[in-house]
Amino acid sequence: MIGAALAAIGRPALDILGALGALAIFAGRAVSHLLRPPFFAREFAHQMLQIGWLSLPVVGLTALFTGAALALQIYDGSSRFSAETVVPTITAIGMVRELGPVLGGLMVAARVASSIAAEIGTMKVTEQIDALVTLSTDPMKYLTVPRILAATLSLPLLVAVGDVIGIMGGWMIGTGRLGFNSASYLKNTWDYLEFWDVGSGLVKGAAFGFIVALMGCYYGMTSGRGAQGVGRATKSAVVAASIGILAANYLLTEVFFAA
Amino acid sequence: MIEISGLSKSFGAKQVLRGVDLSVARGESLVVIGGSGTGKSVLLKCILGLIRPDAGKILLNGAPAEATREAFLAQFGMLFQGGALFDSLPIWQNVAFRLLRGSLKRPRAEARAVALEKLARVGLGPETADLFPAELSGGMQKRAALARAIATDPKVIFFDEPTTGLDPIMAGVINDLIRGIVTEMGASAITITHDMISVRAIADRVLLLHEGRVQWQGAISEMDVTSNAYVQQFIHGRPEGPIAALR
Repeated sequence: MIGAALAAIGRPALDILGALGALAIFAGRAVSHLLRPPFFAREFAHQMLQIGWLSLPVVGLTALFTGAALALQIYDGSSRFSAETVVPTITAIGMVRELGPVLGGLMVAARVASSIAAEIGTMKVTEQIDALVTLSTDPMKYLTVPRILAATLSLPLLVAVGDVIGIMGGWMIGTGRLGFNSASYLKNTWDYLEFWDVGSGLVKGAAFGFIVALMGCYYGMTSGRGAQGVGRATKSAVVAASIGILAANYLLTEVFFAA
Repeated sequence: MIEISGLSKSFGAKQVLRGVDLSVARGESLVVIGGSGTGKSVLLKCILGLIRPDAGKILLNGAPAEATREAFLAQFGMLFQGGALFDSLPIWQNVAFRLLRGSLKRPRAEARAVALEKLARVGLGPETADLFPAELSGGMQKRAALARAIATDPKVIFFDEPTTGLDPIMAGVINDLIRGIVTEMGASAITITHDMISVRAIADRVLLLHEGRVQWQGAISEMDVTSNAYVQQFIHGRPEGPIAALR
């Protein structure tokens, strides 16, 4: 009885630890390949386009609406203490430190982790990964490295653009609905925003980009057979990337801002 | 060129290969036959290093496979069962994949010229070069995949179920292409199939694999006259015999 209960706890625990170990080994291999030639520049450029450029609309729209909603919420909250003047500053800090990178990361996770896992998973079940090996091409170098590098470099850029658009979203509501003067709104935003507010968000963006591409590649490469296997890999990649982003966000916030 | 001895591989409790011995000489075309699930594809994947065997030796050009696999793959081509063309690349870049990167890299224009030449060799015109795999029929995809397999004039070629899913006429075209290419290139070839028309068109020598063991091997001319019960049952497609119909 007790043995069965322990086994029921132990088996999933071992499975989880095994999966984490496999993911860690995969990540280690990917990072080690980042530093060693050959480098597939054309593939990297293609992934920058796919992951970075083509994610701009979704990240931009997310930031715009989030910045606008944030300004409204902060105005409503701060008006209870007659502190409405903090709206530009808090909106900007909230966007660049937290909401820009986290929501941008989650939107990219939904768009990119799923697409990477589905693409690589399909390549696996149709023997295209085996074909790469027979063509003397390491799938880790050709498929994983360009995607991880592109996501890690492009997500901070997306976050930076999202920060600007998010602040503009707050500015639009602040000046259009809440009666702020345009020049003083922008001055308040600029005067109280510190370099590290923005920098920490960009570092988070890079970490989230790495997590998104890593999860997409890992679940794609370990995809099961058939449409069901690819579907499961895609779902797992998005879930793991999203949870990874939220967990990493907390850890990085602890590291950057804990007193 | 390829020598294998005592090759064994299990997946969990299922023993797929049980001490397989075989050799392929330079310029020889060996066809491995056997029912589905008898370990034919696992055998090929072990030779290629895609699957690690539990036991046994694989020698490529006289040296252990682990030590020489990169050099071996550099002079190797393979036609996969489903073609395995890369969806994201146009046909000519699929064919010239090796010529566009790595140690065999050539200028882009030269790589494209080689791709067009190989496409012509398998009967595909230049109008197919810029299409994507999804825009080709199954038979054309198979021919494009064959062009990719021979793009660098390999010394060893593997064909995995080359005619599966093709109509009899297209299967005949692929068989003739394979035989012609192997002969004119002087390449060693291992083909996996259970299509007896392919066997007769392609093979110099035939090996029958069943339950992970080599049950028979001999020249193609001996296949029809051997008294081996496995071979007779297989080539005549009889439900009765040592090979269980339901596996």
